Amino acid sequence: MSLQACFSRTPFMSDKNNKTIDDFPLLKEMTPPMRREEARVEADRCLNCYDSPCTIACPTHINIPKFIKQIGSKDNLGSAITIFDANAMGHSCARVCPVEALCEGSCVYLGWHEKPIEIGRLQRFATDALMEKGIQPFEAGEPNGKTVGIVGGGPAGLSAAAYLRRLGFAVTVFEKKPMPGGLNTYGMAEYKMDQRVALDEVALVLDLGVDIRYETVLGDDLKFEDLEKKFDAIFLGVGLGATAPLAIPGEGLKGVYEALHFIEYIKNHEFDAIPAGETTVCIGAGNTAIDVVTQAKRIGTPKVVMSYRRGRADMSAYDYEYELAAGDEITFEWQTMPIAILGDDKVTGIRLQRTELKDGKVLPIEGSEFEIPCDRIVKAIGQTKQVDLLSKTAGITLDKKGRIVVDATTLQTSNPMVFAGGDAVNGGAEIVNAAAHGKRAALGIFNTLFPGNPPGPEHSDWIQTIEGVRTVRPPNHHHAKTLETANV
Amino acid sequence: MRKHLKPRTFKKLKGKVDLSSNTAGIKSPNPFWLASAPPANSGEQVMRAFDHGWGGAVWKTLGEDPAVVNVTSRYGAIDIGGMKMAGFNNVELITDRPLDVNLKEIAEVKKKYPKHAVIVSLMVPCERKNWHDIVKKAEDTGCDGLELNFGCPHGMSERGMGAAVGQVPEYIQKVVEYVKEVAKTPVLTKLTPNIADVRFPARAAMAGKTDGVSLINTINSVMGIDLDTLKPKFAIGGKGAHGGYCGPAVKPIALNMVSQIANDPETKNLPISGIGGVSDWRDATEFLLLGSSSVQVCTAVMHYGFRIVEDMISGLENWMREHEFETLDDFIGKSAGDIVEWKHLNLHHKTVAKIDSSTCIECDLCFIACNDTAHQCIVRPSDYGKTGKGWKIPTVIEEDCVGCNLCSLVCPVEECITMEDVETGHAPLTWEQYTAAGMTGYKEVYKRFHD
Repeated sequence: MSLQACFSRTPFMSDKNNKTIDDFPLLKEMTPPMRREEARVEADRCLNCYDSPCTIACPTHINIPKFIKQIGSKDNLGSAITIFDANAMGHSCARVCPVEALCEGSCVYLGWHEKPIEIGRLQRFATDALMEKGIQPFEAGEPNGKTVGIVGGGPAGLSAAAYLRRLGFAVTVFEKKPMPGGLNTYGMAEYKMDQRVALDEVALVLDLGVDIRYETVLGDDLKFEDLEKKFDAIFLGVGLGATAPLAIPGEGLKGVYEALHFIEYIKNHEFDAIPAGETTVCIGAGNTAIDVVTQAKRIGTPKVVMSYRRGRADMSAYDYEYELAAGDEITFEWQTMPIAILGDDKVTGIRLQRTELKDGKVLPIEGSEFEIPCDRIVKAIGQTKQVDLLSKTAGITLDKKGRIVVDATTLQTSNPMVFAGGDAVNGGAEIVNAAAHGKRAALGIFNTLFPGNPPGPEHSDWIQTIEGVRTVRPPNHHHAKTLETANV
Repeated sequence: MRKHLKPRTFKKLKGKVDLSSNTAGIKSPNPFWLASAPPANSGEQVMRAFDHGWGGAVWKTLGEDPAVVNVTSRYGAIDIGGMKMAGFNNVELITDRPLDVNLKEIAEVKKKYPKHAVIVSLMVPCERKNWHDIVKKAEDTGCDGLELNFGCPHGMSERGMGAAVGQVPEYIQKVVEYVKEVAKTPVLTKLTPNIADVRFPARAAMAGKTDGVSLINTINSVMGIDLDTLKPKFAIGGKGAHGGYCGPAVKPIALNMVSQIANDPETKNLPISGIGGVSDWRDATEFLLLGSSSVQVCTAVMHYGFRIVEDMISGLENWMREHEFETLDDFIGKSAGDIVEWKHLNLHHKTVAKIDSSTCIECDLCFIACNDTAHQCIVRPSDYGKTGKGWKIPTVIEEDCVGCNLCSLVCPVEECITMEDVETGHAPLTWEQYTAAGMTGYKEVYKRFHD
């Protein structure tokens, strides 16, 4: 069914209460799973490159040709183990990773203008099979006597928890939300990944014996000093803070949402709390803004507008995300900025002003103001850094942009017993980056607490995926030759 | 707001399985060995292979000094569809490095990897003294076993060695006897497939008191002609020579020969190291099920490198867990007895094709294969003049179906066409029983309308 046909045929406008996900077919996972023969054909198409560009491009350096060949030889369990060994968030990454920009975007087939291997869907084929069988492929390590407190149960914290448990640490996670998973659970567009998928993956991590405390907020319910006393090491995976304010009149009106709050209603399937309305205006043009406008459209809002200060070429969303929004018939108002939100107690419209670029700076054009009547405004102009929380509460050093300063190898912060990863360190990136941080920090914590006593050989596979370099490598027999005589 | 994670539990992965292998007394941590070939040409390569996980290696064949001289341009391959190197061939000879260099490296490898199997492959002229000398030198390295190369089909055979020995059972027995007079380690005799019946050389090797056999070596082959130059594909100065054929395409030939030896009353207890087209764990497991205690791999390694053993180990372990096998001995040879002579097959067994119309993609390959080349028992609505939706979806006329499998083999959709057994109500009847009963007792299980 075409998207348009869906829009016109779905009873979006019904007055029915207690709507469920079944009332919104367009919110269901958009990319279909692979059938077995699709997976076989696709797996056989993979060339099995050595030092493969896809593995290099993946921040968690999953051995991609290996897991694909394992699918090809019908060792689906082995394939899933290869994936989860390198990436504890491999189940969600299979769905939400920007593969076009990472693994698939580096596939050698692109050099022939051929379709790259569908790595994301093959990965999903393998992890879905493991989830369906309900097998825990890993086990917690022998207790090593040390404890780690993790603040934040999102992708970075849970990834760290998985590897720390395998290394034998006792691990406690403090999560401020009522459910675990962070943005995996609350922030991914529902049509990319069902909340259930995120929670299944979390369950696999928690199954390793992780103690998790919900609705516990650092600074409020939890004193940093207490954490320092109680644990041998601390991992901060606290993510980012609230959406940045627009700082214009009317921001407090009913009907003005932060992007992540709006998405959370959808993730929680609380559809009655966000009726479709008539017109939604989203401010911002990043990947989160795309998630907002596409989902607004998919819950039945007839007109959805995206307003951005700059032009199409400057938007930070990936190209395919833009195409997704364009396909959902979003109205783009390029080079416009909000100057006031209109309404008495409830939003009735927004006043925008056109902009122009001069020497790279965005300047408003005098007299170009115009209004769009609307009943919902969603702010998606990026999240703030949790500067106060991190510098005052935890007393660790931040850079000028408010990001936690860490050692690149161990992810240790200015406080030797505190490690950090994820959005709070990189300023906001993908799930896969957070997962890679969690893995790296787990080894960093181990090596710091047990100096000179590296983890046992059973850990060598996942450890070599941190830097992504095979430990057994072919020799250079030509080492006696110079670059010139070796014709390099 | 949904508040609680619905408890989801996971089953533990079943316990660790034991892959350790014993072939005629040669022990290795797993049954995956490098075959005697270019990948096992030097100590550096073999050690790196062991680091990747290979359980053993049969060193590239040693001969007498002066070492052989090889030609340049040595390998050829055939690609089938999208598959590169479905079949592979070579005209490379035995090692072209001096004997003492190889012996020194073998000793170093064995010292550094005491638990891995290092087997030395040997080929010298058919004289007692030559064999006694080389066996002693090889065993002085501390190796775990010897493999007698009676298989190499090119070059060496012209010099009275390799396949020239392997094709004459008397020679095999004689040389194995020479070797066993002095050998202290287990001796594997490597057999050539370039013979009429592999059981004869296997019996000869056994008569010479070999400890085991390894097979198959490569098959005589010419890889093709270049249609632009009219010269052989991979030519050496415009000329080609027949080479040894191997790779995924030869596996069924090898499986047959392995099962023949495993089922022969004379050789059924002879340990086997299986060789021939092993590319992944599934191939390897098939060799084990037919009676091999270990497998040797070359072409797949030459295609992708030593790393492929990682998938082999993972795949075999996971398969063993699923079948609740703890050790290799739990399943080695388990399927061999099911390969029987034709006269023991049940003539009253009936299987028919079933086509799942819900997964059919209407390519109609089954239809045309059955009607043009098999038994004309697949029909479509269009054959009766019907048009509209589903006009190309094929159906099997079960009473006519001879259960030949062809439709299920050409079908591109997994499990769209399945072969299902049909209860005929007739007691089993084999050809042997049928003929013994004076050609009576056979009840038709399908309609023979082309009579």
